[in-house]
Amino acid sequence: MNTTTSKRWDQLACNRAERLLRAAGIAPGHIVPPDQIVPLLETIIEPGDRVCIEGNNQKQADFLARSLVKTDPTHLRDLHLVQSVLALPEHIDLIERGQVSRIDFSFSGPQAARLARLVETKKITIGAIHTYLELFARYFVDLTPRVALIAAQAADREGNLYTGPNTEDTPAIVEATAFKGGIVIAQVNEIVDKLPRVDIPADWVNFVVKAPTPHYIEPLFTRDPAQITEIQVLMGMIAIKGLYAEYGITSLNHGIGFDTAAIELLLPTYAAELGLKGKICTHWALNPHPTLIPAIEAGFVESVHCFGSEVGMERYTAARPDIFFVGADGSMRSNRAFSQAAGHYACDLFIGSTLQIDLQGNSSTATKGRIAGFGGAPNMGADARGRRHASPAWLRAGREGRGNIAMPRGQKLVVQIVETYREHMHPTFVERLDAWELAQTANMELPPVMIYGEDMTHIITEEGIANLLLCTTPEEREQAIRGVAGYTPVGMARDARIVENLRDRGIIRRPEDMGIRKRDATRDLLAARSIKDLVLASGGLYDPPKQFRNW
Amino acid sequence: MEKFTLTLPSALPPQEVARAAICGVVSSGNLEILVESNPAHNNCTVVVNTSAHGFRDIWEAVLHDFARRHAAGGLSFTINDAGATPAVVSLRLDQAFETCCGVAS
Repeated sequence: MNTTTSKRWDQLACNRAERLLRAAGIAPGHIVPPDQIVPLLETIIEPGDRVCIEGNNQKQADFLARSLVKTDPTHLRDLHLVQSVLALPEHIDLIERGQVSRIDFSFSGPQAARLARLVETKKITIGAIHTYLELFARYFVDLTPRVALIAAQAADREGNLYTGPNTEDTPAIVEATAFKGGIVIAQVNEIVDKLPRVDIPADWVNFVVKAPTPHYIEPLFTRDPAQITEIQVLMGMIAIKGLYAEYGITSLNHGIGFDTAAIELLLPTYAAELGLKGKICTHWALNPHPTLIPAIEAGFVESVHCFGSEVGMERYTAARPDIFFVGADGSMRSNRAFSQAAGHYACDLFIGSTLQIDLQGNSSTATKGRIAGFGGAPNMGADARGRRHASPAWLRAGREGRGNIAMPRGQKLVVQIVETYREHMHPTFVERLDAWELAQTANMELPPVMIYGEDMTHIITEEGIANLLLCTTPEEREQAIRGVAGYTPVGMARDARIVENLRDRGIIRRPEDMGIRKRDATRDLLAARSIKDLVLASGGLYDPPKQFRNW
Repeated sequence: MEKFTLTLPSALPPQEVARAAICGVVSSGNLEILVESNPAHNNCTVVVNTSAHGFRDIWEAVLHDFARRHAAGGLSFTINDAGATPAVVSLRLDQAFETCCGVAS
């Protein structure tokens, strides 16, 4: 017999059909009673499967994760978890129960310490710690899930899904799974006759279960303005006047820390006084940060595409459809994969915070005893070498960084904004990143670096800005970093003469060099000084989570 | 608590500074600074009361730089510190000086 005709080309589909046939004994329709979910999972999932338990950095398929922990560990084992975030204790419980042998992920913030212990005791193998976009990309190459356990706001009787504002990773997970012979099981908060809109069509979904409790969503991006310090106000002024105005930054992405929240709250005040409205910060790849409300209300912002949503921002985003991406039903849709692509390719600047920066400008939040990953920051904080559209800011950065080369090329501005000492006098600037030690203890091939020195263009501290693009030698670059490293050991070891020379050449700029008066760096400059101020600025549309209400 | 006094060379301000100023608050991670005119001296004196032990060398570096950066001769500073970072110390000193002398550096 000819081998080309004997080869079967639909083994994945046949295997899916077998699994579905087995499941028919437990759940005759596609709507599964909650008390049948454990046997369903035991029937559908096979040992060795690649499984995605939808864990975004906000929305969690928590009921399905809890149910998976109740399955028979002698049968369901050797699973390979492929999901962006390991956030729930159940994700780690599965490893401890011996049901998971390998994981590929992006971020594990809340579980970072437990995960590190499991790696050190060799209970688990980590494939890689990806960026979000990189992991989604591998869903379509070599990490396609066999079974995806996802979360949506609602389903209709046919199994169409409505994800609401927290669409997040769902489309990327479902598309990869459903079109490669895999099985999709969705937990929903409610089953209704008619959905506001269809985010995931029914024929991509095999089973729907109404969870006993609504899926958990973490308010990750709410920063209380009351906690913003005057150092952060000063650094925000430096960023706006010394960087945003200087380069004419219109498209950008902000990190989620207090340093960048301060910048957002200085736009309607300090930046407006400098005449920058309409000239900077018009187009964003950003979650709906409550601290952006005053800038939006002041008319600073034209467009915001969101990775996810934020608890309490649903009514506000729905009421500002010119700014956010809102469906015909009137609610926002986020999409982490698209927003990561937007942040990587279509933004001129990324600015965020970190825990450590070394003398080459490598930056990392990795610390010993914690395997956390970086989520999307490495995609935002990297030059997009495939970019082919020009903008004044991008071209200027390219000229500064590459000098007079024959072929004109731009460069992304990648900025780290940090106080030189963190709390408890931990220096931000170090000779050697803790990432090296972590890589050794956790047997990693790569030290976990969030932003590589070659991508970093500027560092902002309370001492001023170091423009690394303008440095001509590695020695100059090192002194530029030392020159803004304050009174850390790295900063005190600066060569004062070289640093003064760098300042004369504009590579280092102090607040006074930019006409910034430190006396003005007070909290009075913030457009909102409390969560309540944000609610007022939103006209009552912003509904903060309980833990942020203190009035 | 740790307490020490530093006497630092610094340029004399262009005009005599009459008024005293207080800047900041004593709360976690913050500090207050009292500035007074001390015409009997040409140097800048700083009294530091700090809740954090073992950072004398960093204090000295921060205060020497401050005295170099500003014409603070004949001024005396009293600092009550509740664990402020060097960044906060420098900012408060600059703010206290600017408030007291009414000029940017």
